[in-house]
Amino acid sequence: MQFGIFSVGDVTPDPTTGRTPTERERIKAMVAIALKAEEVGLDVFATGEHHNPPFVPSSPTTMLGYIAARTERLILSTSTTLITTNDPVKIAEDYAMLQHLADGRVDLMMGRGNTGPVYPWFGQDIRQGINLAVENYALLHRLWREDVVDWEGKFRTPLQGFTSTPRPLDGVPPFVWHGSIRSPEIAEQAAYYGDGFFHNNIFWPADHTKRMVELYRARYAHYGHGTPEQAIVGLGGQVFMRKNSQDAVREFRPYFDVAPVYGHGPSLEEFTEQTPLTVGSPQQVIEKTLSFREYAGDYQRQLFLMDHAGLPLKTVLEQLDLLGEEVVPVLREEFAKNRPANVPDAPTHASLLADARNKEGARA
Amino acid sequence: MRLVVVSAGLSVPSSTRLLGDRLAAVAAPAATAPEPAPADTRVIELRDLAVEIAHTFTSGFPGRALADAFDAVAEADGLIVVTPVFSASYSGLFKSFFDALSVTDPDALAGKPVLIAATGGTARHSLVLDHALRPLFAYLRAVVVPTGVYAASEDWGAEGLDGRIERAAGELAALMAGLSTARPLPQRDSFEEVTPFEERLAALRPTG
Repeated sequence: MQFGIFSVGDVTPDPTTGRTPTERERIKAMVAIALKAEEVGLDVFATGEHHNPPFVPSSPTTMLGYIAARTERLILSTSTTLITTNDPVKIAEDYAMLQHLADGRVDLMMGRGNTGPVYPWFGQDIRQGINLAVENYALLHRLWREDVVDWEGKFRTPLQGFTSTPRPLDGVPPFVWHGSIRSPEIAEQAAYYGDGFFHNNIFWPADHTKRMVELYRARYAHYGHGTPEQAIVGLGGQVFMRKNSQDAVREFRPYFDVAPVYGHGPSLEEFTEQTPLTVGSPQQVIEKTLSFREYAGDYQRQLFLMDHAGLPLKTVLEQLDLLGEEVVPVLREEFAKNRPANVPDAPTHASLLADARNKEGARA
Repeated sequence: MRLVVVSAGLSVPSSTRLLGDRLAAVAAPAATAPEPAPADTRVIELRDLAVEIAHTFTSGFPGRALADAFDAVAEADGLIVVTPVFSASYSGLFKSFFDALSVTDPDALAGKPVLIAATGGTARHSLVLDHALRPLFAYLRAVVVPTGVYAASEDWGAEGLDGRIERAAGELAALMAGLSTARPLPQRDSFEEVTPFEERLAALRPTG
C-alpha cells in the first residue's frame, strides 16, 4: 500500500499571525514539503492544479520535474490534472517528458476541477464537463499507446498522423487515477479503462464514499479487469497531530475556525466526527485511517492533506515527521494484516513494465 | 401512506406549527379513507435543524438529523409546508431548508403533492402564498394543491379558516390518493443504473 501527501497549493494567511506567505514562499514550501515526504519515508507527493488565486500550482510538471531532480524514490503525482480544460495532447507530452526525467516515478490523477470560470477561461463550456473528461481522456489514452494517431472528436481540432513526443518511458504510459467526489460517470470511466479511482473523501461522510467506491469496484469487475476487490482505490484524509491530543486540538482550532475550507461552519468536533479530518494524537490518526477500510475495502493509496488551513511550513514539516515516524509504519503493518493475497498493490512504472514484458513473452 | 409537515415556525408554541397540525389532522385520515388507519404523519420543525441547515451551505453535505429529514420528505406521499411571513415572503430558514434539499437531492419534490400554507400578523400578506410559495414549489416540480391556506392572527378568532383547511387538506388527500396509485416511475438512480461507458464514447463520435 502506498502512503503519501497531496497539496492543494493554496496561499492562505496564518490566522494566528495574520501573515500571508508570498507566492514564492508558498511554491518553495510545497517543494520543501515534497522533499520532506521522501525523507520521512512516504511514497507519493501529489500537487493540485489551479488557474486562479489564491492557488499557486498552475504548472504541475514544472514543479514535479524540479522535485524529481531532488528526490530518488518519491512517486510524483497530481491531485488533480484538469482533463476538461487542458489539451490532452499537451498532457500526453508534458507527463511523458516528466516520466523520462523522473525515471518512471510518475502517475496522474484526472479531475474536472472545482472552479467554474476555468472552463470559459480555457475556451470550454462547463456544461460539457463530463463529455470533455470522456473525450479528452479517450484521446490521451490513445496518444500514449499508439505511435501514430488519426483522431477526430467534438471538442478539439482533428489530428492526422500525429505522434506525441516523447513516447512514454519504455513504452509504458503513466498509471492514471480518476478522481471524483460526486460523479458516478467518472467511477464508470475509471472502471472501463481498468484505471485507478480516487475518492477525495476529505469533506464527505463515509456512506457517500462507500457508494462511489462500491460502484467503481462493481464496474471494474464488469469490464473484466479483475474481481471487485482487485480494483485500484485511493482515498484522501487530512490530519493535525501532536503527541498529546489536547495539544493538537488547542493548536489547530484557531486554524480550523477561520480556514476558507473549514471555518465558520460546523465545529471542529462535529467536522471530525463526520469527515476523515482527525485532530489528535498519532494513535487517533492511525485508528481513524484504519477505519476507512471498513467502508472502502482493502485499498491501494492513502494520501493525506497536511499543508492546510494556513499552517506555517515549520509546523507542516513537524507534522510530516510525526506522519512518517509514528503513523505510516504502523499503518503499513496494520493494513497488511488480513489483506487477501490477490489484492494488488497500486501499479508503478516497474510493475507496469513487468506486466508488459510478461505479455510480450506470452505472445512470443 | 406517509404525510410530512414542514413547519418553519420559530416560537413555542407556534401558530405556524398549529396551522400545520390542523391541516394534517384533516389530510391524514382523508388520504387513506375509507381505510380506518390515517396516513402516518411526521412533523419536521425547521427550528431544530437551523444549525445543520446553515452548515449544509458551508460544508456541502447535510448533517445526520437534516439528512434524516430530507429522506422523510423525499419518501413522503404528500407534504404540508408552513412558513411564517417574514419581510413580505417566506422566512429565510424555510427557503434555506428547500435550497439545501434541492442541492442534496434535486428531484426530491418532483411530482409530489404539496399543500402550501403561511401565517402572518396581518391578512395583508395573504398573497405571499401565490407570489412566493407557489413559484418556489413549481420550480421544484412539485404538484401544488390549488388551495393554499393563509392564517393571519385575526383568522384564529374568525369564521372561515376551518373551511379553507378542510378544502385544502381535502385537495391534498385526493392528490395523495390519486398520485399514489398512478405514481410516475421512480427516478433513475445513477448509482444503480450506470450508463455503459461505450454509450458515452459513442455519443461523442463524429457522425458522417
